[in-house]
Amino acid sequence: MEIWNRHFECMDRDGIKHVQSERLRETVERVYFNVPYYRNRMQKAGIGPENINSIDDLQKLPFTTKQDLRDNYPFGLFAVPMSEIVRIHASSGTTGKPTVVGYTRNDIATWSEVMARTLTSAGASRHDFIHIAYGYGLFTGGLGLHYGGEKIGASVIPISGGNTARQIQLMHDFGSTVLACTPSYALHLAEAIQESGIKREELKLRVGVFGAEPWTENMRREIEEKLQIRAIDIYGLSEVIGPGVASECPVQDGLHINEDHFYAEIIDPVSLNVLPEGSSGELVFTTITKEGLPLIRYRTRDLTRLNYEKCKCGRTMVRMEKCLGRSDDMLIIRGVNLFPSQVESVLLEMSEIKPHYLLIVDRVNNLDTLELKVEVDEEFFQDKISQLEALRQKLQNNLENSIGLGIKVTLVEPKIIQRSEGKAQRVIDNRKF
Amino acid sequence: MVINQLSVFLENKSGRLTEVLEVLGKENIRITALSVADTAEFGILRLIVPDPERTRELLKKHNFTVNLTEVISVTAPNEAQHYAKILRVLSDLDISVEYTYAFSLGEKSLIILRCSNSDEAIKALKSHEVEFLKASDLYNI
Repeated sequence: MEIWNRHFECMDRDGIKHVQSERLRETVERVYFNVPYYRNRMQKAGIGPENINSIDDLQKLPFTTKQDLRDNYPFGLFAVPMSEIVRIHASSGTTGKPTVVGYTRNDIATWSEVMARTLTSAGASRHDFIHIAYGYGLFTGGLGLHYGGEKIGASVIPISGGNTARQIQLMHDFGSTVLACTPSYALHLAEAIQESGIKREELKLRVGVFGAEPWTENMRREIEEKLQIRAIDIYGLSEVIGPGVASECPVQDGLHINEDHFYAEIIDPVSLNVLPEGSSGELVFTTITKEGLPLIRYRTRDLTRLNYEKCKCGRTMVRMEKCLGRSDDMLIIRGVNLFPSQVESVLLEMSEIKPHYLLIVDRVNNLDTLELKVEVDEEFFQDKISQLEALRQKLQNNLENSIGLGIKVTLVEPKIIQRSEGKAQRVIDNRKF
Repeated sequence: MVINQLSVFLENKSGRLTEVLEVLGKENIRITALSVADTAEFGILRLIVPDPERTRELLKKHNFTVNLTEVISVTAPNEAQHYAKILRVLSDLDISVEYTYAFSLGEKSLIILRCSNSDEAIKALKSHEVEFLKASDLYNI
């Protein structure tokens, strides 16, 4: 098992803490003097850089949210003059103004470094052909993987998203060994390969690095079975740096966070208190090396749990569990908390159904209604109404048993639910509050 | 005799049936018989066409969910009592009819049957001298 940066990735916990404390002090100083927003917030809280001496003092600092980034749109939270910024990325902004992130030359180097760690820990090396089907552009997925791939010396194929037929053709002709894309697009590719007439043996794919949207263990199994590759989970968010924040090693027991660059805390999303080690809650990041857009206690809304034990792979970097959901994706239906990932798990347990679904929430006569549109698997389709009805009923029962909510299931034709190259939209909430 | 029927999964939304028929129309595919079974949310379109294999590939190419199902085609005089007689033969043997549809051909009628047990059904109908329609005859109607 190769490790890209043994010095940091396998550093003992005391050493990590020392590095983190020093880097935090520098970061706080930089934001205090360079970003009026942070200075005001800290002054209001009655603290200054002199109060931050070690990583344990982090809790004194206020949180930062996506809304703060929007309020300071586009460049208000940047901590360097624009002449130092060499790259700008932005989120899609589907829920308001886009969030804009800026990188200095050093930030790009950091990003390449953490992506090199990610790819190495997925088992990739300079001998690989990396097929990058994440979108290139303002989205951080494509270019993030790209720089990491070049840093490890692999042959990078920047195919970006779209044109699936051509993707398969080139994957075949170039002998791509590593696939990087969203998990839903990986499933879409698997289906398209089956239909293309190209046999699996003719492809050299052996590993996939998938992220940018939530996916379940069941979905991982499905991808691994259909594409016959090892599916590695990677995690990142553009506000923190993009992909490269955390990634799985071959042990596949949690995602190692690059905590010499990004310090992680778990908080209770309601009380905002830091939770004891091992508790599940909302993940909060403080960037401790970034120059362009340093973030202090940035609330990711992702729910997970941290494990500080040394991993069998030799890395000591803290591991986060696969995200359990998002604190803002959580739907409250008739008073019951529901995460879309729960629905997905039920679907994946049923072989007759594809895990392509759309959850539609509405409110009729003051009562929340939940409808699940799900695709019928072509292989399972028979011409009997009774059989399809039975399948629908079975799914409805399974959902009710596992979630405790009545969900109306509707069967729809295959391939009508959008497969995404970015983030898949799985929920439509039509309720007006 | 036993013939191949095409079954197409359709969502219950306007225009979907039209789309299927337009795809077939463009390729000049003749439809010998057609029936739609529907629930509130979805329906199944059942089609008898001269070249079911080719038609299936064509519809699949257009992203429809299609399957081939074996059904029995028989012909009988165009009077209710004969249809009743055929169904009676089956029900007396506890062979259930999952669905059936029929249409008139002048003096005679064409009847399509989907039974729980096709082999048993054919044996029983043969012994009652029911007239079967071969695929080739059917498609020439």
